[in-house]
Amino acid sequence: MITLKNIRKTYLVGNEEVHALDGVSLTIEEHEFVAVIGSSGSGKSTLMNIIGCLDTADEGDYLIEGQNVNELSEKQLGKMRSKKIGFIFQQFNLIAKLDAYENVELPLIYQGVGAKQRRERVIQALEQVGLSGRMHHRPSQLSGGQQQRVAVARALVTNPTLILADEPTGNLDSKSSRDIMELLHQLHGQGNTIVLITHDNEIAAEASRQVKLWDGKIIMDTKSEDQREEASQ
Amino acid sequence: MKVTQELKMALSSVKANKMRSFLTMLGIIIGVMAVTLLVSLVQGATNSITEQLSGLGGSNLSCVVTKTTPRITFSEIQTLEQEPEIGLVSAYSSGSGVAKAAGNQEEVLIYAISQNYQILNQMEIAQGRCLLDSESEYRLSNCLIGAAVAQNLFGTQEVTGERIRLNGKDFTVVGVLKEEGSSALNTKDKTVFLPFETGQRLLGLNGIQTFDASAADEASVERAERTLNEFLRSRVGEDNYEVFNMGSLLDMIASIYNVLGYLLGGIGGISLLVGGVGIMNIMLVSVTERTREIGIRKAIGAQKSDIIVQFLIESVVLSLMGGFIGLALSAGILGIVNVFVQDYHFAITFGVAMVAVFFSVGVGVLFGIYPANKAAKLKPIDALRFE
Repeated sequence: MITLKNIRKTYLVGNEEVHALDGVSLTIEEHEFVAVIGSSGSGKSTLMNIIGCLDTADEGDYLIEGQNVNELSEKQLGKMRSKKIGFIFQQFNLIAKLDAYENVELPLIYQGVGAKQRRERVIQALEQVGLSGRMHHRPSQLSGGQQQRVAVARALVTNPTLILADEPTGNLDSKSSRDIMELLHQLHGQGNTIVLITHDNEIAAEASRQVKLWDGKIIMDTKSEDQREEASQ
Repeated sequence: MKVTQELKMALSSVKANKMRSFLTMLGIIIGVMAVTLLVSLVQGATNSITEQLSGLGGSNLSCVVTKTTPRITFSEIQTLEQEPEIGLVSAYSSGSGVAKAAGNQEEVLIYAISQNYQILNQMEIAQGRCLLDSESEYRLSNCLIGAAVAQNLFGTQEVTGERIRLNGKDFTVVGVLKEEGSSALNTKDKTVFLPFETGQRLLGLNGIQTFDASAADEASVERAERTLNEFLRSRVGEDNYEVFNMGSLLDMIASIYNVLGYLLGGIGGISLLVGGVGIMNIMLVSVTERTREIGIRKAIGAQKSDIIVQFLIESVVLSLMGGFIGLALSAGILGIVNVFVQDYHFAITFGVAMVAVFFSVGVGVLFGIYPANKAAKLKPIDALRFE
């Protein structure tokens, strides 16, 4: 469903070229739950930006449902983000002056969904993350775990092709981390495709597939190893 | 529908930073106040002055003779009425004196007038009748008095048939004028009018020094003016007379006030622009402050145009609110001014209000575009990384 072919991304730091991604190829099928693991500087943030259509690659092709993202204009990239991707960030990234309901509603407003349908979908999404009782609380009135659940609701409300979670438990205590991981499992169980980016091996182990990045290259992919094992048998 | 959401968000953002929003608006408030107050004051002054002047006989030509010999007689100027371009001719002269009656006394203006004067000056009678030229011919001691004179001497308006003593001579009141409300240019209320010749004698005057003439119609004003000039030149010689055209005088005054209005409006406009710069300034600060928010919005699907609209609406809301507050304050100030200044009436006309509101919206858009564009151009990854 999404395919990266030989993706390269180079940053200029001072006069030195840094290869953040050095020929990354990856295919993620529908209903997969993929964890991208890597230490800081491994290129996983760059990969997530590219997968999330926040940035484009210097070289290589990135296809979402057959459409080459590298050929899209800024406006079309915005549309891609709006329709196909649901983001969950480490910092929650809720808008402080909007309450939980309005934060979840925002992506639907940008999609131009009608008021009545918006209302139904927002309430449904907040119910799914167990926050229907806190709809009109601002982020500052919610705990970290609750804020992240609002963010999950915001990511899933548009019914995206891909939910992209960047260290979603990075700022949470172990209890809240558990809640969020269970939510992700639940979403996966409902048929969503999830890409989880983390440096935590324990969290990554919960995903059905692990991809490890090192120095801008994929050095391990459990799926291809399975395939290799299958091939060798 | 998107816009109503944006509007709600803009309002809540204005509410969230009350002090800052108010200070930002202050520039617009002062600017709009400057424009509306200055323009309304000038308009009010223009209206009352032209009203007063046209009350003096807007379409009339006024003639003043500065030389007493050779004497011009009333029957002479009456012959001018036979010219086709001239309508009515009226002679008058004025002075002042003390009127006494019923044990009261009052300083009054004394006007000696011919019959047509009452027509040319649109004098309205409340009681009794007007003065006739035949009374002038026979030098009858009759008089027509202003409303204030009647009130102050007799305590009532119903005084026809009463007698008053004017500069030591007795006169019979034949009529009382309607009250007009006095002002610097309108003194009819405080005047005693006498038949022309009667009055001339009382004032110790001889011959005609001031007279008015009306043109037969609008189109013949210039010809009438020429005729009067020719007549006077032949009678008293070049430099000894003056013919004033009240109409062109009115036009001149109106155009002076017009220019004054534009000038003052322009000065107000400049302060409105300065207010706009204030809005731009604060919006730029707001864009920097909200870089992360912009990044989030873009990540979850906001297009460039959504961000532009959001910031534009916010600056227009700020400037429009400032505009309305400024208008309301100006209306209040004019209301207070009206209490203290009685000769003039000041009000914000619909046109002025529209211009003020239109301009404040314009300022909001004009000075909102740059910050809004700056916000929209932010790249989502850079904006998200911003702390």
